[in-house]
Amino acid sequence: MANQTEKLVKGGSFIIEDISYEQVFTPEDYNDEQKMIAKTTEDFVENEVVPQIEHLENHEFDRTVKLLKKAGDLGLLGADVPEEYGGLNLDKVSSALITEKMARAGGFSLSHGAHVGIGSLPIVLFGNEEQKQKYLPALASGEKLAAYCLTEPGSGSDALGAKTSAKLNAEGTHYVLNGEKQWITNAGFADVFVVYAKIDGEQFTAFIVERDFPGVSTGAEEKKMGIKSSSTRTVILEDAQVPVENLLGDPGKGHVIAFNILNIGRYKLGVGVVGGSKQAFGLTVKYANQRQQFKTSISQFNLTKEKIGTMASKIYAAESSVYRTVGLFEDRMSQLSAEEVKNGKAVADSVAEYAIECSLNKFFASEVLDYVVDEGVQIHGGYGFMQEYEIERAYRDSRINRIFEGTNEINRLLVPGTYLRKALKGELPLFQKAQALQEEIMMMMPEEPGDEPLAQEKYLVSNAKKIGLLATGLAAQKYGKALEKEQEILSNIADIVSNAYAMESVILRTEKAIAKDGVEKSKQKLLYTQIYCQEAFNEIEQHAKETLVATEQGDTLRMLISSLRKLTRHNPINVIAKKREASDKLIDAERFVV
Amino acid sequence: MNIFVLLKRTFDTEEKIVISNGSIVEDGAEFIINPYDEYAVEEAIQIRDSQGGEVTVVSVGGEEAEKQLRTALAMGADKAVLINIEDDIENGDQFTTSKILAEFLQGKEADLILAGNVAIDGGSGQVGPRVADLLDIPYITTITNITVDGTSVKIVRDVEGDSETIEAALPLLVTAQQGLNEPRYPSLPGIMKAKKKPLEELELDDLDLDEDDVEAKTKTIEIFLPPKKEAGKVLEGELDVQVKELVSLLHSEAKVI
Repeated sequence: MANQTEKLVKGGSFIIEDISYEQVFTPEDYNDEQKMIAKTTEDFVENEVVPQIEHLENHEFDRTVKLLKKAGDLGLLGADVPEEYGGLNLDKVSSALITEKMARAGGFSLSHGAHVGIGSLPIVLFGNEEQKQKYLPALASGEKLAAYCLTEPGSGSDALGAKTSAKLNAEGTHYVLNGEKQWITNAGFADVFVVYAKIDGEQFTAFIVERDFPGVSTGAEEKKMGIKSSSTRTVILEDAQVPVENLLGDPGKGHVIAFNILNIGRYKLGVGVVGGSKQAFGLTVKYANQRQQFKTSISQFNLTKEKIGTMASKIYAAESSVYRTVGLFEDRMSQLSAEEVKNGKAVADSVAEYAIECSLNKFFASEVLDYVVDEGVQIHGGYGFMQEYEIERAYRDSRINRIFEGTNEINRLLVPGTYLRKALKGELPLFQKAQALQEEIMMMMPEEPGDEPLAQEKYLVSNAKKIGLLATGLAAQKYGKALEKEQEILSNIADIVSNAYAMESVILRTEKAIAKDGVEKSKQKLLYTQIYCQEAFNEIEQHAKETLVATEQGDTLRMLISSLRKLTRHNPINVIAKKREASDKLIDAERFVV
Repeated sequence: MNIFVLLKRTFDTEEKIVISNGSIVEDGAEFIINPYDEYAVEEAIQIRDSQGGEVTVVSVGGEEAEKQLRTALAMGADKAVLINIEDDIENGDQFTTSKILAEFLQGKEADLILAGNVAIDGGSGQVGPRVADLLDIPYITTITNITVDGTSVKIVRDVEGDSETIEAALPLLVTAQQGLNEPRYPSLPGIMKAKKKPLEELELDDLDLDEDDVEAKTKTIEIFLPPKKEAGKVLEGELDVQVKELVSLLHSEAKVI
């Protein structure tokens, strides 16, 4: 992690700036306490939650409540709550590790995540002193459980289009809330709901609503495709009486809370799906070793090895990207003064700074999980289609991750959108860099990267970033304000940027490991890096080409295509051989190892 | 009460053992508190909580064992001592370890010493009893229950599946058997507190011991893995034919009847 005197890394800046491996946080940097916290979480899940999963899947939520209470006793609900309110105020890495290890519990991890994350954090960050004192100790211990109510039947991605209304009563003592909040995780048993409603139909505002307030009820349990262990219901507000002191933040400023919490939700989702991916991967490789066909373990077939190698390199990329982002958060937040931490605004600003990274992690890592569970089922063959096998549940549980906390499409659109906003505000010199790049490309001569480890990958990522900049600059120049309608191009740009972020994250992680342990001990990491970078770069080339062709024509297009060719010229590596090689250690270990 | 726990760092039970060049490969393996020692730690904490006093965990090993000691502190032990022999001893055995531990415990006025019944790696089950012998105090192995009342102790021990109830007096050394308790997870507050608890590191010199004093009494000649499990045999045919064949195979091939 960067030390105190170093400059903080600016959100989104990776696309135009290079940083050294010393500035990134990697999973190899966990300290002993963090490892111990991870182990306690792991043991709790394995010994307490996993044996009960079948009951939880059958909606026996009294068990969920008991398990959460037990988790509270161990301190697993208080990571992000300040000590003065009964929490532990842990560093962001420890908190992330709890989230990652909880993923093994399937739908229960959503109950946990919704409680500690989107449920409790609005009060942690935006509550006033009285609200914090009143609610946080009970939330940190698990005595009370929380839920978060933003979505409505008519407003999902368009959160601010909410119809739920709040009206101050004649006495001025209570807001009267009316409306329906849909798909509320933990609704079946939560005691405290953070609810968004519009005061007088206009001012979007957050409220802390207790289950016992008059006029608060919940609908029937939803019948879902996956994450069945989590409770999902409608929260119904019929003249719900909410005391005025339960207004959270400022009237009309609910969007500040909502967007910040969404960012945190995305960030945590990225961490959680890394845990899910590792779990599904482990199950799959174990099965591939056990399952014999033609008197051979199917793990020994090269096409299985191809799948194992691809899955693992993607997991490595997701893990490296996500924990790099965790490190960014930790660096920034550990520099905040006690006062700043207390008022929450500075914390929220730190989160907002990395909105781009949060979105990237969200869609990238959730798609890695979807890829892994899909190939996981495939490797399980017919057995993977049967409910006795955990991979079947993992497959169903995975799907929602691409939908909630902002669909992956919305998150893709947000990436170039946020970039352009940062550029226009002068926070990032994006346009200047893009301009300079166009001239640079004219002069550019093909380069031959050296033979030393990572030389080729560094060359690729450097060009990947240029391609990202080129595409963004071109699109902004060509379409101006109308760019927001060119969603396909925005999405392509997001994919290029995402791949570049992940490429750089794996390279820096591996470079850091090599600097510490040498190449020989970092061989597996190097293989993942080589595989991932090659495949990501191929995708980048595709997305860039499509974008250029859609944007320009004639001579300009020909010139751009030739620029792109310059940037994509390289000697491809033999990924088939690399995947075979990488799979050996994995087949032996029967879990994701680096 | 002055309680000591003897603790060993061992391979995680889920690790696969790989042998290379005549020794077990430790690279990348996960390590844990020897599970039987974990029972001892848990019991020590429970006894302290009911009787008062202090729990000190002691380990003989290398620098790396600090992690397991910290885990014991996170569970609730008060102090830890690492006797680091990394630089002094290449090949120790049960004699080495027990001699060092006894030397350390000498004069510490321990009321109760708890150890695991056996370490899951070496599996000798000797260290506890040897330490007791060197300290000249009584010991009881494989205990599944212990109640302390003043200086008298009531113990249930596992005897090959049966149980035996014994009364003894402090000072005493006991070794823990599975079933003694359910070890707690180190809670997060416990983990944070453990950082600040004292962990003392000693070397042979600090105990006035020479390498010669603790030189191993045994020599490891060879390390090898158990033979691979052979594929099973499925008998076919009529039931009575199968039974006859099974009996004959048990007699002639397996030689168990």
